[in-house]
Amino acid sequence: MTVAMSSSVEPKVATPRLNFLPYGVGAGIGVLSWIAFGVAKDPLGVTTAYSRLASLFAIPFIGADGVAANAYWKAMPLSLDYGVLFLIGLFVGSLASVLLAGSFRIEMVPSVWRERFGGSVLGRFVAAFFGGAIIMYGARLAGGCTSGHGISGGLQLAVSSWLFLGVMFATGLILSKLMFRGK
Amino acid sequence: MTAVLLPLAIGFAFGFLLNRGKVTDCNVIENQFRLRDFTVLKVMMTAIVVGGIGVLVMVDAGAAKYYIKDANLFGVALGAALFGIGMVVYGYCPGTAIGAIATGSVHALVGAFGMIAGAILYALSFDWLKAHILPVGAFGKIRLPDITGIADPYWFVALALGALAFFVWLERRGANA
Repeated sequence: MTVAMSSSVEPKVATPRLNFLPYGVGAGIGVLSWIAFGVAKDPLGVTTAYSRLASLFAIPFIGADGVAANAYWKAMPLSLDYGVLFLIGLFVGSLASVLLAGSFRIEMVPSVWRERFGGSVLGRFVAAFFGGAIIMYGARLAGGCTSGHGISGGLQLAVSSWLFLGVMFATGLILSKLMFRGK
Repeated sequence: MTAVLLPLAIGFAFGFLLNRGKVTDCNVIENQFRLRDFTVLKVMMTAIVVGGIGVLVMVDAGAAKYYIKDANLFGVALGAALFGIGMVVYGYCPGTAIGAIATGSVHALVGAFGMIAGAILYALSFDWLKAHILPVGAFGKIRLPDITGIADPYWFVALALGALAFFVWLERRGANA
C-alpha cells in the first residue's frame, strides 16, 4: 500500500499524477448500490437506524411508557434490523481500513477547525454536539441523509433527493463562507 | 443468516470505501464546502452515475425496484437546510461520522451523541411536524422523469457527461488532484 499520494507533507512533484482514488471509491459505492438494490432489496441509508437507537436513549428522559406511546417510534421501534446491522458493518469496515493503513489517530480538534477557532477541545466538542443534533433533526425531517437521499435517492432520480442535494449544498456553502470568513 | 451477514457485509464495504476515499476526514468535508477540496463531490457524483445506470438496468429487467422518498417539498427543503448547517458545524454527515469514530475522531463520537439527541427531538416533535410541516407541498413519490417527461436514459447521459466535464475542468484546474 503506497501512502505517497495521500501525504500532504510530500514536496510537490513537477508532474502531479491524476488521483483516481475518489472516482474509484465513488464507482465502488455505485456498484455497492447495485447489490443493495438487487440483492439486499434495501438501498444504502444511515439515519433511520439512528431513530431506532435513539428510542433507547430516550427512556431515561421520557420513560419506557413515553417511548412506547410515541407515534414516530411506533413506526420505527428499536430492533437489530438491517439498518442497525449496516451501521455496525460501516464502523467495522472503516476500522479495518484504518488498521490496515496504520492511520488510526486520536483527533480531539480537527486542523481545519483549529486554524479558524483555536485548539479548545471543549469548544469543538460543544460545536460537534450541536452540529450533530442539527444534522440529525434535519435528516429526519428531510427523510434521509447524504447516503439515503444523496446517493441512493439521487441515483433513482427522486425529486425529493435532488431538492435535498441542492438545498443542502447551497446552505452549507453559505454557512461555510460565513464561518471561515477572512480565512 | 443472510439477513444478518448481508447488511454487515454491505456496511463493511461501505465503511471501508468511505475511509479509503478520505471522506471520513472532517477536514476533507469542511474543505469541500470551502471549495478547496472536491473529494466529496467526486465520490458522490461518480457513485450516483455508476449506481444509477446499474439500478436502472436492473429495474428495467425486473430485478430491482425503486424506493422513492416522498417529495414533501417544504419538509425536505427545511430539513436539507438544517442538514447543510449541521454538516458544516459538525464536519461530518451521519454515515461518515460513524466511519470517523473508527479512525479515532473523538469529536465525531461527541457529535454522535448530539445526533442521538437530534433524533429524540425529532421523534418528540413528530406529531406537530406531521400536522403542520410535512403536508406542505407534498407530491408523493415522484421522479424527475415523471415531472419532466424526459426518459431515464437521457438523464443518465446528461448526468454522466456533466460529471465528466466537471471532473475534467477540476483536474485541469488542479484543485486537490
